[in-house]
Amino acid sequence: MSETALSQPQRNIVSRLWNDKETRSVIIQIIAFAAIFALFFYMIRNAVINLEAIGKDIDFAFLTQPASYDIGQTLIEYTSRSSHFTAMIVGIINTLLIAVFGIFLSTILGFTLGVLRLSKNWLTNKLAYVYIEYTRNVPVLLHILLIHGLIVHALPLPKNALNVGDAAFLTNRGFFLPSPQFEFLFWLVLGLFIIGIIFSLWFRSYAKKIQDSTGKYYPVFWISLGAIVGIPLIAYFILGSPIQWQIPELKGFNYKGGMVVRPEFIALWIALSCYTAAFIGEIVRAGITAVSWGQTEASSAFGINRSRTLSLVVIPQALRIIIPPLTSQYLNITKNSSLAIAIGYMDIVATIGGISLNQTGREMECMTIVLLLYLSFSLLISAFMNWYNKRIKLTER
Amino acid sequence: MRVTQFAALGAALSLTAMTAQAGTLEDVQARGELNCVVTVGVAGFAAPDENGKWTGFDVDFCRAVAAAVLGDGEKVKFVPTTGKTRFTVLNSGEGDILFRNTTETMSRDADLKLTFLPVNYYDGQGFLIRKELGITSAKDLGGASICIQTGTTTELNLADYFRVNGIDYEPVAIETNEEGITNYSANRCDVYTTDASGLASTRAALDDPSAHMILPEIISKEPLGGAVRNGDDQWADIGLWVVNASIIAEELGVTSANVAEHAAAAGNNPSINRLLGTEGDMGAMIGLDKEWAVRAISAGGNYAESFDRNIGPDTPIGLSRGLNALWTNGGILYAAPIR
Ligand SMILES: N[C@@H](CCC(=O)N[C@@H](CS)C(=O)NCC(=O)O)C(=O)O
Repeated sequence: MSETALSQPQRNIVSRLWNDKETRSVIIQIIAFAAIFALFFYMIRNAVINLEAIGKDIDFAFLTQPASYDIGQTLIEYTSRSSHFTAMIVGIINTLLIAVFGIFLSTILGFTLGVLRLSKNWLTNKLAYVYIEYTRNVPVLLHILLIHGLIVHALPLPKNALNVGDAAFLTNRGFFLPSPQFEFLFWLVLGLFIIGIIFSLWFRSYAKKIQDSTGKYYPVFWISLGAIVGIPLIAYFILGSPIQWQIPELKGFNYKGGMVVRPEFIALWIALSCYTAAFIGEIVRAGITAVSWGQTEASSAFGINRSRTLSLVVIPQALRIIIPPLTSQYLNITKNSSLAIAIGYMDIVATIGGISLNQTGREMECMTIVLLLYLSFSLLISAFMNWYNKRIKLTER
Repeated sequence: MRVTQFAALGAALSLTAMTAQAGTLEDVQARGELNCVVTVGVAGFAAPDENGKWTGFDVDFCRAVAAAVLGDGEKVKFVPTTGKTRFTVLNSGEGDILFRNTTETMSRDADLKLTFLPVNYYDGQGFLIRKELGITSAKDLGGASICIQTGTTTELNLADYFRVNGIDYEPVAIETNEEGITNYSANRCDVYTTDASGLASTRAALDDPSAHMILPEIISKEPLGGAVRNGDDQWADIGLWVVNASIIAEELGVTSANVAEHAAAAGNNPSINRLLGTEGDMGAMIGLDKEWAVRAISAGGNYAESFDRNIGPDTPIGLSRGLNALWTNGGILYAAPIR
């Protein structure tokens, strides 16, 4: 028996495996995976070697050292003696603040724009169109710089502040607003508000059950509004408005007391929201137009009025189309918030990924932290939106 | 900015391992160009002029090194960096040497793994403010909005100073000197703080310099000097002796105008002879030829020439020598001898 005879069946096995579509795809996947893994391994090994060559190690102990720098916007207790870790938390909170406010505002603006784009009124329709085209086609960084520049250059200095009802003062250093000081009775009002929400949630399913079994219809919206807003509001005034407002006062260079929203926050928030809203507007418009006209016709054939058709027939179906692309807009706003650095808003990139990195020279450590943070924010948002998407999915009956 | 940091991270991760640490001289000579890390723009220190040619006090040191090493002070690629990116750029190998208003500190030396060259400008941190505010002392700055460049010793000194004096302030973080000027001009901040030399340069760039003043307090020591990466002693020596040569040339009265004459033949001053290579072979000790210092001095002149041309009393920046006068003239500029 020669060698060729031995290898013959082997070659057969390989070619047989290769010719089989299923195993071939598995083989290709294994090879691709191995290649990617090797690439990563190689890069990490290189980084380690290069760091070693200049005598640097990888060590996260610097996180406990004092940061030694001050931060302009801190929502938690922070001084220059706090640790780099605390500075990072300040950065995370600032990033999340922009993300949450941005998602909120861009959603409202975006849905409004989307509906306006479908308006039969020529003027509103075209205005929305122009807004969307302009905003979408200018890089978001320019929007941020533009709005920041407008606030800083166009608004007056603290000593000539725009006075809004002797309570709020708009200046180029920020908007100084009264800050609420809650008295004890206020917590009662808050309690009523929370009870209102719980009641409304229960009442909604109760009303639906009654309607399903008896056909009796309750004005759920109005009753909920009364429970959530009306009752706490009445209680608030009966209890003698248990919130004291601390009004900012001009002292020396700037206003003191009250609270301040800095130009950097406003610029970033407004710019990101307006920019993202343009995309959301198009997504909403596309989502609504994608629901076939037949649905609306069928609905009116049943005698359902126009606004109920919209809220019961069109929007629930449109949402299914809207949610996935909307998710990626929410991810964009969160990631784009890192452009904060351009105007010195102290987010994650500016704190741990910027000053801490630079003052300690821990590039690898800081950048790894920053990457992991953004990754986890994105995954959290995706997970939530996926959950929501599943919830509103067409359930086959 | 952020992009550069990611780029540097990418460079550290990149496929080809960085060239070995030693041998920067060979790398630079093979490339035929010196990558010199400078500022994005501080008039008088390092900034492109109207023709796009980099000029300034720090730039002259880049050119002197290029002249010593490559024989031509023009063979420099300037790598502009912000306060935050400069060390990453240097350490990742994007730059060969750094001359960028950089304060020598213990942590930068030991922890950031830099090797500092001799101090070429003794400085301290000051405050620039509008005269109309009527403030005369930094102690009266409580509650002020202050523009600071991030990633600098400036922001650390500032935090310390206000803490020690028990006053508060609003830090307004900026990335570059230009952004600082924009924000200060727009009154986003009451005060701009950085090294006094940088403030002089900034003040000269304002619309009406006479409406602004620098407060008397100097709150820190800022010994500014060049730097290279750790791990290449020969390259560090080259930087060190080029800077020293510039100071020694001033001591000895060797200028860009008369250096050729002095170098033509050995004179009767052995110090000049050693500096210019007409006696002994000092250049060989740092891997260069005999005329290394002749070329360095020809490129941008000696210390005094460069100072006067770029930032001296007759320039818009108008700095006097002060601490930076030679030790024989009441300053503390004192270079180790070439022997
Ligand atoms: N000496 C300080 C501060 C250096 C610094 O950044 N200075 C400013 C103003 S003099 C500067 O060079 N800016 C350059 C730029 O923005 O391009 C340090 O080394 O940290």
